[in-house]
Amino acid sequence: MRMRPRSSRWFHRSSSAVAVFAFLSLLAQASLAHASLPGSIFAPHSTPAREEHQLSLFVLVICALIYIGVSALLIYALIRFRARPHDNTEPPQVFGSLQIELSWTIIPILIIVVLFLGTARVLFSVQDAPEPPTALDVTVIGHQFWWEFRYPKYNVVTANELHLPLSTQADPRPSFLKLTSADVMHSFWVPQLGGKTDVLPNRVNEMWMDPLQTGLYVGQCAQFCGAQHAKMLLRVYVDSPEDFDKWIKNQQRTQAELAQPHIAMASMPSPGNQSAGPVPPNSPPTHGAIAATIPAEAGDAINARNGQLVFEQQSCISCHAVAGTVANGRYGPDLTHLMSRVTIGAGAALNTPGNLEAWIADPSTFKPGCLMPAMHLSDRQNAQITAYLLTLK
Amino acid sequence: MADQSLPVGQRVEAALDRTPVHSGRGTYLEVVHSWIVTVDHKKLGIMYIAYALVFLLVAGAEAMLIRIQLIKPLNDFLSPFTFNRMFTMHGTTMVFLVGMPILFGFGNYLVPLMIGARDMAFPRLNAFSFWISAFAGILLYYSFIGGVGLSGTGSAPDIAWFAYAPLTEKAFSPGHTTDYWAIAILASGVGSIGTAINIIATVFCMRCKGMTLMRIPLLPWLYAVMSFLVLVAVSPLTACQAMLLVDRYLGGHFFDTQAGGSAILWAHFFWIFGHPEVYVLVLPAFAFANEIIPVFSRKAIFGYPAMVAASVGIGFISLGVWAHHMFTIGMTSFGNAFFTLSTMLVAIPTGIKTFNWMATIWGGKIRFETPMLFSVAFLFQWVIAGLTGVMLSISPWNWQLHNSYFVVAHFHYVLVGAIVFMIFAAIYYWYPKMTGRMLNDKLGKWHFWLMVIGFHVTFDTMHFPGLLGMPRQIYTYQPDRGWNTLNFIVSIGGFIQGIAVLILVYNLVHSYFRGEDAGPDPWDAWTLEWATASPPPAYNFAVEPEVASRRPLWDLKHPEDPDSAFE
Amino acid sequence: MATIPLEHGHQDAAWRLPSRGTVAMSCLITAESAIFTIFVVAYLYYMGRDVQGPTPKGVLEILPVIPYTVCLLSSSFFIWLAERAIEHGKMAAFRLWWAVTVALGLAFLYGTYAEWYKLIVHDHLTIGTNLFGTTYYSLVGLHASHVIVGLIMMLFVLAFSLFGAVRPEHAYRVKTLALYWHFVDAVWVVVFTVVYVVSRQ
Repeated sequence: MRMRPRSSRWFHRSSSAVAVFAFLSLLAQASLAHASLPGSIFAPHSTPAREEHQLSLFVLVICALIYIGVSALLIYALIRFRARPHDNTEPPQVFGSLQIELSWTIIPILIIVVLFLGTARVLFSVQDAPEPPTALDVTVIGHQFWWEFRYPKYNVVTANELHLPLSTQADPRPSFLKLTSADVMHSFWVPQLGGKTDVLPNRVNEMWMDPLQTGLYVGQCAQFCGAQHAKMLLRVYVDSPEDFDKWIKNQQRTQAELAQPHIAMASMPSPGNQSAGPVPPNSPPTHGAIAATIPAEAGDAINARNGQLVFEQQSCISCHAVAGTVANGRYGPDLTHLMSRVTIGAGAALNTPGNLEAWIADPSTFKPGCLMPAMHLSDRQNAQITAYLLTLK
Repeated sequence: MADQSLPVGQRVEAALDRTPVHSGRGTYLEVVHSWIVTVDHKKLGIMYIAYALVFLLVAGAEAMLIRIQLIKPLNDFLSPFTFNRMFTMHGTTMVFLVGMPILFGFGNYLVPLMIGARDMAFPRLNAFSFWISAFAGILLYYSFIGGVGLSGTGSAPDIAWFAYAPLTEKAFSPGHTTDYWAIAILASGVGSIGTAINIIATVFCMRCKGMTLMRIPLLPWLYAVMSFLVLVAVSPLTACQAMLLVDRYLGGHFFDTQAGGSAILWAHFFWIFGHPEVYVLVLPAFAFANEIIPVFSRKAIFGYPAMVAASVGIGFISLGVWAHHMFTIGMTSFGNAFFTLSTMLVAIPTGIKTFNWMATIWGGKIRFETPMLFSVAFLFQWVIAGLTGVMLSISPWNWQLHNSYFVVAHFHYVLVGAIVFMIFAAIYYWYPKMTGRMLNDKLGKWHFWLMVIGFHVTFDTMHFPGLLGMPRQIYTYQPDRGWNTLNFIVSIGGFIQGIAVLILVYNLVHSYFRGEDAGPDPWDAWTLEWATASPPPAYNFAVEPEVASRRPLWDLKHPEDPDSAFE
Repeated sequence: MATIPLEHGHQDAAWRLPSRGTVAMSCLITAESAIFTIFVVAYLYYMGRDVQGPTPKGVLEILPVIPYTVCLLSSSFFIWLAERAIEHGKMAAFRLWWAVTVALGLAFLYGTYAEWYKLIVHDHLTIGTNLFGTTYYSLVGLHASHVIVGLIMMLFVLAFSLFGAVRPEHAYRVKTLALYWHFVDAVWVVVFTVVYVVSRQ
């Protein structure tokens, strides 16, 4: 039998160094996190996010104190009780101590009571907050790999970029979201506005947020949902009340007012986005007058009119909707006000004419695995469609 | 070392069986055959460990690929399809093909020896369990070349290790990726349940004379609790995977939301398995700490009865915390509160164990051999892992942290910082017993320091992208979110850990041929496995031992101060 | 070779350990109970949530189930008689009661077959019809598969005993198998209650 005692003073010093370094680096980087980086959970701009933030700081401090205490004791023990060289005797054997063991059972119980009570307060106040009459209702529907947003009271349907009104003490206007999924599980997460809520098929979850500062807040899907989970991004624009009203009014306009008169169905009850009366957002179009007015083929010129013809004759309309036209597909994002959005493909690319055309030609240039197939149209047709889409402001 | 007045070495060695083990080896084919048909717990244990180490390298390579892809934003080193397969396989492999086998391997090897038994209770069941687990791993990896997946070639699972429904339904995962996952893990689960039954039966029914349940070393105790958890927790996984296969092949609707099925049911069933599973993985790590820390502090474990009670308590409480993985799924506030409280409660017995380890060290004479180095790192890292776990149990804060890199950092702190570090400690501690050779000390120190540095560089840093809003399981990220440098640092640490593990592998092979002779008891330890030769003969002990205390070898070496006088 | 003697002898007298077979079978029963619990939970969770298709109230009849439930539950009594017989060395009685148990188990299986035939052919309820179909066939089928495994084991024992290979010293092994059979019967009590009593409300 053999033992090889080692003189390991260097080890003790370095072990304490390691522990100290770990902790300090944690602190330093924690302060980095405070800088308002776009997704930082330490830069809250809505009441739920603020409450979660305050609770997190409280818990962080308690945990830090526990860690400092425990590691200090441990470092002390490792240094003080190291084996001295050439000492081959055994130390006194201690098998236990009831008082000590009781104390380190009771004290953690007390800490847990404190933590739990603090947690429960925030938990119930955030999750069970009642909906005030001034609240805005938004329905969020998760798809593979994009977000659908509906404003039921305004009959607005849009995609990927959410606009919410500012909510202040003087003029509180929280947004209450109902979330569901059209396919698999997703999760709606905009860190600066609140915690995440999972988005499930066949189930409606609820959350609320009251953005306290205007600006752009980013987030993304936070539940693995397939190939392009990583590019299912979220952009939330918090607008002043005036800007929000302007945006809503624009979203409510149908494209019937904008498109070429001999194609537009101005006199038809418009499907999709509605401002005339309580027609549900998903009403099928009435096709009666359509056949009479659509010409047989698009011409060669690259313009919006030809683009609309191509768009409506190819299978674009089986997935996409443009209010005021025959396009009423719901599988893909609503394109009625595509040009009011800053990005395309749920944040996969900026919404520029070049990107738009490249996307239409082959979406997997930006987002391989997304569910829009490359339609294998000719370059001319792609250009025409792009010209048309550029008019959808 | 023993009291100088008594030449202890002589006494113990005279009691040992010194029959040479390797006489008449036979041809190469005979040796291989003997390993394939063996029912000897020691050989099976070594096969489990070797199998797990192979998959450790494979899953580690998968992790390296992940970190290369994430080293900078909008990287195109891996396609999204390949990346999704990498992280799915990395997680699945590490849990089922590395963690479970290596821990079962150590349990298989040590439990009979520590309780003075000749073998496990059911040696043939033992062999069956190993081979079906081995088959499961091969089946899972066959998926890389077999079948048709979502994107054409090769259908390694790409559904994340927890395979949430309805992504796994045929509608969203055509091809066979989900099937390889479900069937392979189902088979591995059968093996796990078999070994669990074996361990419990061995601990309860095969103890040597005098070894009451309160005298068995803590390692068999913790393995018994862990096996009970396997019985109760792996079965739900088997059940829900069977349900998934019914959906995919028999037209069932368990998780078919179109027919009224529920995605949340899968989450519940999976985490009813998944949470106890992490305790299945961590309890053996605790078992190793319970054996190694006392020996290198030269003191008995502090508070043995409390340790037993705490371990059993952890086992039971861990069955009631699963929905803390689901705080964002839309449970009621009451549900969230309940699981917050139950999760916090599990910290109490865990804290008791941690404090008992510290009290064992306190007043001792600590020797910083390589097993103890890893154990000390384990202690610091375990405290952090537990504390970030407490942070995650705070449900409102969890609504921010869930599915972010903070969670990834937390569970890697547990899995690597606690479990893998203790597995390394166990390797250095028991390799001499298993092979008769000491592992090279210098290489051990290199392994340790590179591992500590790499681990902290990666996993300390990894908390911060999570706090800055970076979700997990994404193949790339936007450059304007402030995550770039942090991801870069994380990746570098990963490469350092890879080098550390390669040093270990080299050490394992090199020392087998050139290591110093270990002898039966190189660490001057106190449990029965050190009372027989290294490696032990096939029958373990020539005559069944008879014990009167928890540390039979201490009593032998210190007849003037035996434990039996105090217990 | 030497032991590690510390105290000689006085431990020998009362050193008794539990029996391996009983412990192992109890562990297996624990694991199987967990599996059955999950299927029962799924069945209860999905009660009343069918979008279309037959419902329990509509197609499940309790009256035909009762006779073969009685068969299965009484088989527990007969296997207990068989255990007692082999413990007392009465091999002929053992063979008789064992055969009766097997016959009752087969009768239960026949009943399950008859009921499934009616459900599939007359009521058009299959595993893919709706949630009820999926959960019903999974749960009852899981139980039936355990009955089948138990019967196969018991047929082996019956065959061995007919060849005279089963002797009183094998009582312990027989009891371990009987423990499994009692478990299968106990599960049926739960399944029957959940499926035929609770879900038909």
